[in-house]
Amino acid sequence: MAKTIEFHDEGLFHSGHAACPGCVEALAIRVIANRIGRNAVAVVPPSCSAVIVGPHPNSALDIPVYHTSLESSAASASGIRRALNASDRRDTEVIVLAGDGGTYDIGFQALSSAVERNEDILYFCFDNEGYMNTGGQKSSSTPWLAATGSTPRGKPSKKKNLVEILAAHGIPYVATATPGHLDDLGRKIDKAMTIDGMRMIIILIPCLDGWGLADDVGVTMARLAVECGIFPLYEVEQGRTYTLNRQSKTLPVGEYLKKQKRYRHLNEAQIGLIQAEVDEDWMRLLEKTGSRR
Amino acid sequence: MNAAGQRTLLTGNQAVAWAVRLCRPQVIPVYPITPQTPILEQISAFSAAGEMTAEILTPESEHSAIAASIAASLTGARVFTATSSQGLLLMHELLHWAAGVRSAVVMCNVNRTVASPWGFWPDQTDSLAQRDTGWIQWYTESAQESLDAVIMAFRLAEGVNLPVMICHDAFYVSHALETVIVPGQAAVDRFLPAYSPRFNIDPAAARSVGSNVDQTTYRRARKDIGAAMTEAGVMTDAIAAEWSGLTGRDQHGAVEIYRCEDAEQVFVTMGSLCGTVREAVDSLRGQGHRIGLLKVRQFRPFPGDQLRGLLRGRERVMVLDRNYSPGNGGILHQEARAALYGMQGQPAVLGYLAGVGGVNVTPADLVRMAIESGPVGQDDNKFTSVWL
Ligand SMILES: Cc1ncc(C[n+]2csc(CCOP(=O)(O)OP(=O)(O)O)c2C)c(N)n1
Ligand code: SF4
Ligand SMILES: [Mg+2]
Repeated sequence: MAKTIEFHDEGLFHSGHAACPGCVEALAIRVIANRIGRNAVAVVPPSCSAVIVGPHPNSALDIPVYHTSLESSAASASGIRRALNASDRRDTEVIVLAGDGGTYDIGFQALSSAVERNEDILYFCFDNEGYMNTGGQKSSSTPWLAATGSTPRGKPSKKKNLVEILAAHGIPYVATATPGHLDDLGRKIDKAMTIDGMRMIIILIPCLDGWGLADDVGVTMARLAVECGIFPLYEVEQGRTYTLNRQSKTLPVGEYLKKQKRYRHLNEAQIGLIQAEVDEDWMRLLEKTGSRR
Repeated sequence: MNAAGQRTLLTGNQAVAWAVRLCRPQVIPVYPITPQTPILEQISAFSAAGEMTAEILTPESEHSAIAASIAASLTGARVFTATSSQGLLLMHELLHWAAGVRSAVVMCNVNRTVASPWGFWPDQTDSLAQRDTGWIQWYTESAQESLDAVIMAFRLAEGVNLPVMICHDAFYVSHALETVIVPGQAAVDRFLPAYSPRFNIDPAAARSVGSNVDQTTYRRARKDIGAAMTEAGVMTDAIAAEWSGLTGRDQHGAVEIYRCEDAEQVFVTMGSLCGTVREAVDSLRGQGHRIGLLKVRQFRPFPGDQLRGLLRGRERVMVLDRNYSPGNGGILHQEARAALYGMQGQPAVLGYLAGVGGVNVTPADLVRMAIESGPVGQDDNKFTSVWL
C-alpha cells in the first residue's frame, strides 16, 4: 500500500545537480539540507556528494560549501566550528557531507580526533560501501565478499563497524539511516540537532553503478538491506544507550545479495556464511539494545 | 608596559608566542614537535592564564592542524599555527591548499633537519622544500626579528590573502635566550586592526569555496596568486617602514644589507647564519677586505629585482646554504644565480653548502673561505655548490 511521506521542502537543494540519474544520495541530501535549514555551513570532501553539490560556478545547495581534501573533513569542520564560536555564532550548524572512504579510511584519523575533542559538528557519512568517485574500488566499509575494482574476486575482509568504533569513543550521538526510510532519517536529523557535540549519521547509499543496480531500485535496495538485517537501523547515545529502530529482520540475506551485480559470483555456501555472520551480528546488537530474544 | 615596549629576556620561540599573543588571533590549531613545542606551550600557558582568548585546537596531527587553520581563516578568523620539519612535511598537501583558497594563515616553522636519519639540528631544507606551495616565506635571524616578523606577517597575510611562513632556525634562534623588546599592545592594535576579509564562509551569503573548476578558471586562480605575490613584494617593504615608525626600531623588508657600501664581495644567506657572517665581515673588513652581507629575509616572493640592484657590479657573490637539494645543491644558490643571470655587471656567483645538518659554521670558517677563494677567476662561476 502506498504511503505518502510528509516532507517540508524549503528549496535548499536544487534540481540540476550532478548525481547519477536515480541515485538516492541526492534524495538524502535533499532531506538533510531542508531539515538543517539555512543557518549552516557544509564541508564536502571529494566524493559523490562533491559531484552532486556541483562544480564551480554552480552549487546545488543554498548554504555555503567548503570543498576540502579527502582526509580532512573533520579537521576542516573543526576549524570552521571554532572560527564561528570565536565570533559567537554557535547556533550555526557545521555539517559534513562525506563518503565512506573519506570517513572510514583516509579521514578516519581526523575524525577520531574530532570525536575525542567532541567538536560540535553534525557529520553525515554517505556509505555506498566503496570509492565510487574513482570508479568503484574497495574501502574498509566494503562488505565481505563484495566485488569492487580492487577486489574483483570479492573482498576478503569484513566491513569495518564504524558505529561501534564511534560508540567506543563515547560520541554523543551516532545513528544509521537510509534513503529508504526518510521519516526515520528526518527524525534522526532533528534529534541530532538538539544534541551538542559531535554527531554522526551513517546513511547507506545503494550505489547504482558500484553495486550493479537498475536506476529505479535505490530505495528498494536500502529497505532490503534493513529488512534482511545486514544494515540495521539503530542509534547510540553517549556510546551507551542503544535503540534499535526496526525490531526484527524479516528476510534472508540472499534476497538482498542476489539483486546486486557485486555479489553475483557468490555460491550458495558463501551466501550461507554471510547469513551466519549477519545473524551473529544481529544477536550481538540485540544484546546491546537489551531486547534479547 | 609602555608604547615603545618592554625589554625582557626571551627565547626565539617565546618571542614568537609573545607576538602571537599581541596579535589577538581567534583560532590556533597546533601540534607539538621539537623544537617548536615551546611555542605551543607558551601560547597554552597564556591562554590558561586568561591572557589570550583564542580557541586553541589540539588535533591528532599537523595535517589536521593545518586543515583546521585554513578552514578557520576562510571563516574569517585570524589564525596562527606553528610546526617544524616532519610536521611541515606532513602538511605539504594542504600547504598548496592554504594558498590555493587564499587563506591568511600565519605559521612559524622552526627549521629542523628532515628524517631519515633523525636529527634535531638547524637546517632549512624543510621549509625550502615548500617553496612552490604559494606561501610567502620569511627567514629570521634572532628572537627580536621573529617577534616583529610575526606581527608584520599578519598584516601582510591579511593584506594580500596569502599565507605567510616565518622560519627560524632550530635552537640557534628557537631556544637561544636574548634581550627582546616586546612592543606594547596599543602599538600592535594600531598596526594590526581586526581581520575583516572581503569574502568568507558565512551562511548569510551562500558562497562556496574550492569546488571543481575548468581549465581557464584554474589558470586564472594561479595567475591571481602570482599577482598577490607581486603585491606582497611591494607591501612587505611598506609594512616594515610602518612598523619601524611605530616601534622606533629599524625593521627590514625583503632584504637587509650589512656593510655593503663599497663591497667587492658579498655573502648572501638567510636565517641564523647571518649573525656568523656579520662577525666574519667585521673581521675581514679589519683586514682590509671590501666585503659585506646581503641577508635574504623574504624567500617568497623572491626579491630577484632587489638582488640584481644590490649586487650589480660586485665582483663576487658567495651564497651560503644551510639546506641541500640532492642532485643539485643549495637552494638559495640556485635561486640567486637564476636571478642574477645575464644582467649587466653580473657578479661571479659561488655557492657553499654551509651548516647543512646543523654542523657549526664559525666566523673563522667564513674568513678562511673568503680569503682562500682568492681573486675572481674562470672557476668562479661554478654551477654546483661546494661543501664547506
Ligand atoms: C589524498 C587523496 N587521495 C586520493 C584521492 C582520490 N579520490 C577522490 S574521491 C576518492 C574516493 C572517495 O570515496 P568515498 O569517500 O567513499 O566517496 P564516494 O566517491 O564513494 O562517494 C578517492 C580515492 C584524493 N582526492 N585525495
Ligand atoms: S556513483 Fe553511485 S553513489 Fe555516486 S552518484 Fe552515482 S549512483 Fe550515486
Ligand atoms: Mg563511498
